[in-house]
This record gives sequence, structure tokens and C-alpha cells, in this order.
Amino acid sequence: MKHPFAITLDSGSSLANLTGSWRTMRPVYVDRLPPCNHGCPAGENIQAWLYHAESGDYESAWRVLTQDNPLPAVMGRVCYHPCETACNRAKVDEAVGINSVERFLGDEAIKRGWKFTPPSAETGKRVLVVGAGPSGLSAAYHLRRMGHAVTIHDAGPAAGGMMRFGIPKYRLPRDVLDAEIKRILDLGVELKLNAKVDNILDTMKAGKFDAAFLAVGAHIGKRAFIPAGSASKVLDAVTMLRSMEGEDKPLLGRRVVVYGGGNTAIDAARTAKRMGATEAIIVYRRTRERMPAHDFEVEEALQEGIMMKWLSTIKKMDEGVLTVEKMALDDKGFPQPTGEFETLEADSLVLALGQDVDLSLLDGVPGLLIKDGTMQVASNMMTGHAGIFAGGDMVPSERTVTVGVGHGKKAARHIDAWLRGEVYAPAEKHELADFDKLNAWYYADAPKTVRPMLEGVRRQSTFEEVQGGLDETNALYEARRCLSCGNCFECDNCYGVCPDNAVIKLGPGNRFKFNYDYCKGCSLCATECPCGAIKMIPETV
Amino acid sequence: MTDTTATAATQKLRFYQKGTFTVGNRLVPDTERSVQASIDRSNALTCGHRACQGCGEALGARYAMDVAMRATGGNLIAVNATGCLEVFTTPYPETSWQMPWLHSLFGNAAAVATGVAAAMRVKGRPEVRAIAQGGDGGTTDIGFGCLSGMFERNDDVLYICYDNEGYMNTGVQRSSATPPTARTATTPAMGPEPGNVFGTGKSVPKIAVAHGIPYVATATVADLHDLERKVTKAMGIHGARYIHIHVPCPLGWGSASYDTIRLARLAVECGLFPVFEAEHGAVTSSRKIRRPVPVSEYLKPQRRFAHLFKSEAGARNIAHLQAIADRNIAEYKLLEPMEEEG
Repeated sequence: MKHPFAITLDSGSSLANLTGSWRTMRPVYVDRLPPCNHGCPAGENIQAWLYHAESGDYESAWRVLTQDNPLPAVMGRVCYHPCETACNRAKVDEAVGINSVERFLGDEAIKRGWKFTPPSAETGKRVLVVGAGPSGLSAAYHLRRMGHAVTIHDAGPAAGGMMRFGIPKYRLPRDVLDAEIKRILDLGVELKLNAKVDNILDTMKAGKFDAAFLAVGAHIGKRAFIPAGSASKVLDAVTMLRSMEGEDKPLLGRRVVVYGGGNTAIDAARTAKRMGATEAIIVYRRTRERMPAHDFEVEEALQEGIMMKWLSTIKKMDEGVLTVEKMALDDKGFPQPTGEFETLEADSLVLALGQDVDLSLLDGVPGLLIKDGTMQVASNMMTGHAGIFAGGDMVPSERTVTVGVGHGKKAARHIDAWLRGEVYAPAEKHELADFDKLNAWYYADAPKTVRPMLEGVRRQSTFEEVQGGLDETNALYEARRCLSCGNCFECDNCYGVCPDNAVIKLGPGNRFKFNYDYCKGCSLCATECPCGAIKMIPETV
Repeated sequence: MTDTTATAATQKLRFYQKGTFTVGNRLVPDTERSVQASIDRSNALTCGHRACQGCGEALGARYAMDVAMRATGGNLIAVNATGCLEVFTTPYPETSWQMPWLHSLFGNAAAVATGVAAAMRVKGRPEVRAIAQGGDGGTTDIGFGCLSGMFERNDDVLYICYDNEGYMNTGVQRSSATPPTARTATTPAMGPEPGNVFGTGKSVPKIAVAHGIPYVATATVADLHDLERKVTKAMGIHGARYIHIHVPCPLGWGSASYDTIRLARLAVECGLFPVFEAEHGAVTSSRKIRRPVPVSEYLKPQRRFAHLFKSEAGARNIAHLQAIADRNIAEYKLLEPMEEEG
């Protein structure tokens, strides 16, 4: 080629200069575990369903959600949302109202009549589920979707377990519960009501079941010995709450005392108040800080005018009068009697001192291990008897709907593997996306005018049913507050901030890839990634 | 344009939602996203250039040129002063520029760009626009006379200064844009007053405002939306325009390559680099500080300021720098509440 004067080389692009050879550190895209997912006892992939919800695709969001939990409308009302406690956004302004979005999705699904996808093939295996509470329903749902034939036996007159016979209506309207149960049954799950299983092995044999999942719950209210006169009305909270579902509502009188400090005690007191009690008093032997009940429930109860009497034990009940002994905490924090007594007027006394499991259906089953009144299970949820699995309130755990649903899912996976003669190996958990992995600069905080409004909206969802949940606008708004911790949300930051133009954008839904021919390893992409989805790793020589 | 906050981004999705400050956002339409978010941005400054890891100037130049290319439909010619940007993009015979680009001398970029604009007019192609660009050395020192002339004649040129506060490619010498107390090769951190002198300062953006030209703005590589909006606005105006972009330099400042954007952000948040706009001689808006920080937070990650944290004299100098920042905050009203947009 003929060159002009003093020019000896052809001009060319700097693309010939592969600056990637300068690199000592290499950026890689990762998916980290968001703290919400990590904290969810039901194992929901929260970040993933919020990702769909924030683009307004509620059906996809609901479908991702229900891959793990078939009861979003229930859970959106009764879950104690450990996801929100773990949420990184709390360190920016306030946690994302995950629970209220879940409720919105659940309600939307009922309203729109979304159905679960039935299994594509039948396995020919039969599984017996005992108990139609959260855990049993969850297991039945997952097992059915895996193609197994599932029959649920429940001792009660309606499905739902503690969701129906324990949780008051003001927290969980029954039409919501019925709709979500029906959708599970519509998958082809058989439900037998008023069908108490007296002997599990006989029932399995008679029904030709290949495996069983037990989730009978803990329905027997614990009693404490309290001397009481013959005219005194003493009942346990489980019985009282259950009778709210029947024709004969309990007669509690005008002054009701509830003895205990757990969530059931709160439910009983709030129910008594709604039944017309002028005074509902919770008597608890320790202090508020040590109460096992969730703080927001205590707060709501106080707002409703429930009275609390701390550091007190009930010694005896005479007609209309309770004798109470004052307690004092010792240096270890245990309540000790003081010898000081006082009296409290009461028409009835409700004992909310915990619940026991009815294990009679397991009499004569070899290999089982029962400890402290609960069924012991291995990490795969199987009891000591091969093929019999158990979960929910009857195994040692925190007794909540969410934990129950989680047990059901976990057990279903292990049962499915066991039926195929395999061992279920859960996918390896990703590294946790904690707050220091994020670049919080990129998340705007709410202007002052927005915060009170949001707070108001959030409260509606955790409050009683007389108030509605989120509507479409604020559900979308709430979903979009998700930081997408640890998972790329295609914000284009890496693509934008690379001084070397070494990030390739692959288009909507396809994320990005690095062009290692030119990436110099400056780490700007990783530092400026808002959600911590880029990791720098040393370059191998 | 009645925008008084200088924060109105291209995208409308705001507050309390994710992605307000990020480059792009999958939830907003393509047309409302930044140019840098676009899969078909021009990449006027492409791969293979020889800038250091984490170079703020390489980033700032691509940000500015890509958006100017979009604003002019690709009818754009860039004139480059001598400096890092020229050296690292065009080692003979390679070029990283995917646009018409020319380099003449260190000090005459503004004059050459004036000539380019005149030539295009004479050739009957007035739609082809001219941009001059250079570092702080080529702008605030060596090219200052040509720049002032271009302003005063109101030539149809946008001049962009990428300010990395020193002569970096020749070995980090001091320029008139080097901040007080900063260590450079020519202002070592030794003696009773280590680092650069306090002097009187020289704000070329203010000097540009004093020329009364149609448009003057400052920007940083930490706020892409603001930068793109300003370049777009400048390309919609004829006459002399000036944009001064703060671009951290990992090599000259002794900072980590991954801190480039964070430092640009901190320079704004501490008040040392006020981000504002001016039209026809009057300041019209400033970008408000979102999360105020003391100047020490900006100085600390930079080794050129390390000596400030080792002595009592250093502490006094930090206080002096803080006073400069506070004066900026008052002058440009940087702490007044942002207007909340509906």
C-alpha cells in the first residue's frame, strides 16, 4: 500500500490490542443467596418471585412462589415473615413488605382463578398423608405435582388443621383458606374427612400405600393443675379456639383471664374480646421481653385493649375470683415466687400453656423414637420406621404454618426420592448476599412524604381482615423496592461503568457476559454492581 | 428548561424503587434509558485502549462522546488536545476512536475545533458538529488562551474538559487544577507545607460562566444520567459551550482502580466538586448532595493526600479543605432539599 509522506504503517483499530493480558483479577457473574430466601422456613425463592411481580407479571410471580408454597394467600396473612426480619432493605430504609405482596399475589390468584399445573405423568406410587393441616397439604401438593397418587386422611370435619381450628377468623378468613385448599384438591388429591387414623400400619396396608407422611399436629392443650371450685369455668385455649368453628360458641363471660405467654394466648384473648368480654387479661409468669409471642401480635393485642399481667402465676380459682401470686425474676432470669398474693375477678380461665401431640395412631409401630412428646425424625424427615415420614407440629420445631409448609415440601422431596430408591440431594446453597456485598448507593430511599403512606399500607396488611390488603399500585410499588440481593436484575451498571467496554450486553432476560480479551480486571463492575452479583476471583497463571 | 435540581434523569422511574441511579433499568422503556444502557451505543471509544485499570477519563470520554453521537445522529467530529486521552487512545498506528477524530497540538484544541466548525459551515454541512476535548492540563493551563478566545467569539464548539487534576501521562505533575495539598511529582509531600500549595484556586467553569457563553456545566463519572442530560442539552444549543467532567485517576491519585466512581461520588458529596449548570453568565441549578460526608472521607482513599492524616499540620490542612468545601456548599446551595418529583 502506498502511504503518504512520513507514514509507514497502515492505521488500524485498537481492537488488535488485547488488554485482557493485563488482568490479575477476573470478574465473574454469580448468583448469591438473598437473605429473605435464606430466612424463609418454607424455602420460598422470594427474590425470584418479586422479580416477576415488579414487572407487573403477577401470574409468573405467583407460579414461581407456588413452586415452593401452595398457600400464598394464607401465608400472606399468618406468616411471621422472618424474610422481612432478614431483608437487607431494612438497612437502607425499611424492609420490603414481602408478606403483603405475597398476600396480594395469593388474593389475585383466587380472584383470577389461576390453577396449578397438573403432573405430566403418573408414577403409580401411592402416598398416604395423615392430617390436612399446612404440613400435610403442602406435602400432598408437592407429591401430587411429582405424579404420585395422594390421599389425605383427616380426623376433623374440614381440612385446614390449625389454620381452621386454631387461627382466629380475624387473622385468616375461611373463604381464603377454602379457596387455597380446593386448588390443591383440584390437582387430584383425595381428601377423607372425619377419618381419624387409629393405626397407621393398618391404614397403609388397607389402602396399599407405598409411603406415608404424618402431620397430625399438636392439638391437645396442656393443662396445669389449678385447684378450682366446681362452679369455676376452666378450659384450654385449643378447645376454645376450635369451638369457635362449631355451632356452639364457648361461653366465657364478661371477664376472661388467659394464662400463658405464647401466640395462642394472644389469639385466645383477642378472640374473647371479640366474643364480648369487657375485660380480657393475659396472665404470664415472666415479663413482656420474655414472652414467646411475636412482638407485633402483643402490640396489636394491646391496641385492642387486651390487658397484660406480667410476673404472675395463678394459684387457684374460686367462683368468680382467681388467686394470683406475684413473681420476681432471679439473676438467671427465671421467675421465682414472692409469697405475695392478690386476687383477680374472672368469669372464666383459659389455659394457653402449650400443646401436646396425639401419637396414638403410632401404637405398635416398630422403630419409632418419641422424645418429649414429639416424633423424632432424621434430616430427611423419615421416622425410625422406613417409609413413614413426619413433619409439622408433631416433630420438634417451631410450630408455625410456615415451618409446616416447609416440612411438607422437604418431606415430599425425600419421599419422592425414597420411592424411586434414591436419596434426595438438595442443591448446594449459594453464598449469602449480606448487606456488605451490595452497593446501596444505587437504591433510592423514600422521600419523607412517601414513608408514612407506605407505613400505613404495610399496616393494613398485617392488621385484621376488616381492612384490605395492597391494591395493584402499591403492591407493584412494594415489589419494586426489592434490592434483588445477590441476583442480577439487569440494571446495566456493569455494562455502563466498564472503562474498557469489556462487558457485553446480551439483551432482555439474558443478562451480560465479560469480554475477557479486553477486561483489565479493574473491578469497577463488581464495586458498582448494586446487588452483589459480580465476584472478583484471582486469575490463574 | 425549568429544571432547577439538575437531577432529573432520563428515566422517569423514581424514588423507593430500584434502579433510580443505575445505568439502566429493565422496567422502563428503552427510550427513557441512558445511552450507556443501550445495546447499540456507538462505543465511540472502544476496547483495546491503553488507559490504566479503572481509568476515569476513559470512562468519562465514552460517556460523553456516546451521548453526543446520539444527540447529533453521528454527525460529529472530535478534536483532541494532547494528554492522557490522546496518548492512550492513539498509539500509532492504532486508534480506539470509532468516530472522526483529530489531534493537533497540546494547546490549540479549542482553536482547531473552531476551524472544524467553520469548515463544515463553508462546506455546506452545518449539521456536522464539533467537539473539542482535553485534560485539565490542555484546558486550564496550556490551552487556556485558545479556550478563552473560542468562548469570547461564541464559536459553535462544545469543549469538554476531563479533569483528573494533573499531568498524569507524563508522570503526575501538578497543573492549575491540582487541588491544594495533593502530592504530585512536582509538589512532593515534604517540608513545612507538603504537597500542592493552597494558592487562590482556578475554576475554569467559573471563568467560562464569566464569559457569558450560552451553556456551562460540571459533571462527574459518578452520575451518568446527569452527565448525559447535560451533554444532550449542550448539543441542542449553538455557540460556545463548556462541560467540565471530574474524572478520578487511580495512577495519579494513588487510589484503587475499583474506587474510581466512588471517589467521583465522594468528591460531590463532600462539596469539593460542585455540580452545577449555568446559562448566559448565570448559574441556573446545582445537583444537591444526597448523603453529605466530611472531606476526609474523600481524601482518605487517595495516597496523594496520605500525608494529611499523619500530622497536626495535616489536620489543619484538612480543616482548610473542609472550609473550601463548605464555601462551595453555601455558594452553590448544595445542601438545600431536593424537590420531590411526583
